[in-house]
Amino acid sequence: MSAAASKPVVGRGFRLQWEPAQGAHVLLYPEGMVKLNASAGAIMSRCDGQRTLQEIVADLETAFEVQGLSADVTAFVNMAIEKNWLEMRE
Amino acid sequence: MSAPAGLDSVRGAASVLPAPEARPGPPLWLLLELTYRCPLHCVFCYNPTDFARVGQELETAHWIRVLREARALGAVQLGLSGGEPLARDDLELIVAEARKLGFYINLITSGIGLTAARIRALKAAGLDHIQLSFQDSTREMNDFLSSTRTFELKSQVAALIKQYDYPMVLNVVLHRLNIDHVGDILAMAERMGAEYVELANTQYYGWAWLNRPHLMPSRAQLQRAEQVTRQFRDRVGDRMRIFFVVPDYFETRPKPCMNGLGSVFLTVAPDGLALPCHAARMLPGLDLPNVRDRSVESIWYDSQAFNRFRGQSWMKEPCRSCPERVRDFGGCRCQAFLLTGDADNADPVCDLSPHHQIVREAVTRAELHAPPVQERPLTFRDHRISIPLSKG
Repeated sequence: MSAAASKPVVGRGFRLQWEPAQGAHVLLYPEGMVKLNASAGAIMSRCDGQRTLQEIVADLETAFEVQGLSADVTAFVNMAIEKNWLEMRE
Repeated sequence: MSAPAGLDSVRGAASVLPAPEARPGPPLWLLLELTYRCPLHCVFCYNPTDFARVGQELETAHWIRVLREARALGAVQLGLSGGEPLARDDLELIVAEARKLGFYINLITSGIGLTAARIRALKAAGLDHIQLSFQDSTREMNDFLSSTRTFELKSQVAALIKQYDYPMVLNVVLHRLNIDHVGDILAMAERMGAEYVELANTQYYGWAWLNRPHLMPSRAQLQRAEQVTRQFRDRVGDRMRIFFVVPDYFETRPKPCMNGLGSVFLTVAPDGLALPCHAARMLPGLDLPNVRDRSVESIWYDSQAFNRFRGQSWMKEPCRSCPERVRDFGGCRCQAFLLTGDADNADPVCDLSPHHQIVREAVTRAELHAPPVQERPLTFRDHRISIPLSKG
């Protein structure tokens, strides 16, 4: 599964965007849509294929002024990979 | 054209569904049926049998206005369908505008007309996704069922779709005449490198309704097909995702059709009629608005047609007092109308419906004997045939 140095990116065929009408990030895919909650949106919007998982965790910890997010973020990322929402770039 | 697939997955948006009688949420899913023109003549097409009588197609500027107004309300998923949407030479313009607005754009196509030049232009315009329909795994059956010679062409289109780095999504409509080929269909999909395959059993509207006695599989056929699909799924794993859509006549609870009419889904037909579902043109007593005359906002929130089946006050027994009404919304209004003559009745697929025997009898007939081929031949979707069918 996801190593701290690999770089998650939104999966092929999916698109992540902010929807003002719903006040949420949504993940769009063929004929469906997932409305993300705030933390899922915060994680996924940082998955740009440029930043490593480790960097994303650090960024989130800074942004939300908390520590120890690594386990939760990794668990979410692993779930998202299983669903093809995210892919890993090495 | 097969029915646009995966509407159930819009239920992912369930958290924005309105409470009954509250102001409805936005039309999250917009389906534009750009034209009823189609080079194929499929016997299971859901398009209206009187499509030849449908008035003049909207112009580009109309479609663009619809896109802008729907997006402003919060629409986000866009299906471009028909007929064959590639028959419109402004498809690229429509896609480009939709992408600029932020829609996720699905092209639902037979592939006929998808040349290298057009797929390149569509990709550049921002098309997100292509769903390609096949009628069968064999040239003979594909070409027979669509009354054309298209199999080779479609195979080439499948290769183009891969070449332009789109996920390969195949849709195959299943029925009595091809359901025994499911193993071959899946093998074909695998050879093409398909990532998603939807095996969608025919839903009986439009031309499929007309041809129902020929198309309804037997329960044994269905069970074999499901078993073959399961075995195939076990073998290929995640490499290929296979959706098997069971025909609802074989169920005892109705599908939550469109999540309830007027809740998330808005179709605009080629002539500009706005429909709460793509088959709703048949429903009596709906005063269907036209996007030529009214804004999308006024259509969605204020029109009689979109409010008629919102909430639960229209329901009759057994739906009205049924605890499951919040989950299935009484099923499909079009099916209730086609089978019982009253669109307010429970969808007779439900075994709580006093009309459920109508569905059981249709299934039994499919069990007992081959369809009455001589009495009534298969009717191919055709402009010439559509004209007499539209009388009366």
